[in-house]
Amino acid sequence: MDFIIAKYNYWIYIILMMIGLYGMIAKNNLAKKVVGMTLFQTAIILFFISTSVKSGGATVPIVMGDPHLHGHVIPGTVHAIQYLNPLPHVLMLTAIVVMVATFGIAVALLMRIYKRYGTLEGDEIVEIRKQEAAL
Amino acid sequence: MIKKHDDLIVETLARLLTPFIQAFALYVLFLGHYSPGGGFQGGVLVAASFILLIIAFDLEKTTERFSEKFNVICNGGGVFIYAGIGVLCILLGGNLLDYSVLSKILPVGPEEARALGILGVEIGVEITVAACLVSIFIDLASKGENLGGS
Amino acid sequence: MRKFLGFLVTMATAALLIYSTPEMPNWGDPNSPASTHVSPRYIEKADTETHTPNIVTAVLADYRSYDTMGEAMVVFVAAIGCIMLLRRRQHK
Repeated sequence: MDFIIAKYNYWIYIILMMIGLYGMIAKNNLAKKVVGMTLFQTAIILFFISTSVKSGGATVPIVMGDPHLHGHVIPGTVHAIQYLNPLPHVLMLTAIVVMVATFGIAVALLMRIYKRYGTLEGDEIVEIRKQEAAL
Repeated sequence: MIKKHDDLIVETLARLLTPFIQAFALYVLFLGHYSPGGGFQGGVLVAASFILLIIAFDLEKTTERFSEKFNVICNGGGVFIYAGIGVLCILLGGNLLDYSVLSKILPVGPEEARALGILGVEIGVEITVAACLVSIFIDLASKGENLGGS
Repeated sequence: MRKFLGFLVTMATAALLIYSTPEMPNWGDPNSPASTHVSPRYIEKADTETHTPNIVTAVLADYRSYDTMGEAMVVFVAAIGCIMLLRRRQHK
């Protein structure tokens, strides 16, 4: 039971990630593949954020300063056990923006594909390309 | 293409809300040193205000105010501010993006110079993120049949 | 067929990942490898060295600002890519 309580968060991310992976592999529609990719990235972001958690009274990584020192602290009085790990937050902050950028590029590509072929189904695009190559 | 629809309530609310959203974006940017916030979040808020305008009015009316030429200039300008601060640090004798040498030209100590360098960099990030998200949204919303703009 | 193969690959990957979870640190473990390598130095020195109480901002824009510069360029390149893919000029 302790094992399940200590590790169940990883299983949730694995389930979410596998839904995204299945969508990327098995779905025929290109738009659904993009949705699968976004789910995959979301699972990775949740996984990284979960590695920053410290139990035992740790708070968000903003140093609570001394009002007499203009909100700053005396050097040496901050201990790592008091605050969450800031590094995964930083990495995922950039990863979210990169996720938006890749999503924008993916949707732009989908629009170009739909304009060129009139469909977003993968096998229909392959058929159209075969017919065009035969001509 | 997003067409204009005559709905007085939606248009008035969008017109009223936009300056408050942009003021809150600046608050999020400048309070990024002391509270959750920073360049990325503020930039997304600025982009959200412009996207609200595009949805409530139409594309042409919004691009009259925030033209596509200026939008592309802002795209590169934010990255230029960021990289410019980095190169300025090299010119003042430090490493790339080592803000503590900025204390040579600013009337503060090295630690405060690093805080000010962070602020300048975040302003660059905010401009880039806001302009790029608006640009991507304009391109997607106009379905490629774009008006040209500039 | 393709859906069955996809399901098979997905289940195999999920089995591998779940098989590796006992090696991962527990939920909320303060002594996990991710929390003991460089982040204690960031937490203890960030406010003293940069006068920025928000450690996330300090790490994002000061200690790892080279990373963030590349990331701003990624957003810029994405916008330029969308413009090149979709934007068409009016022929006058």
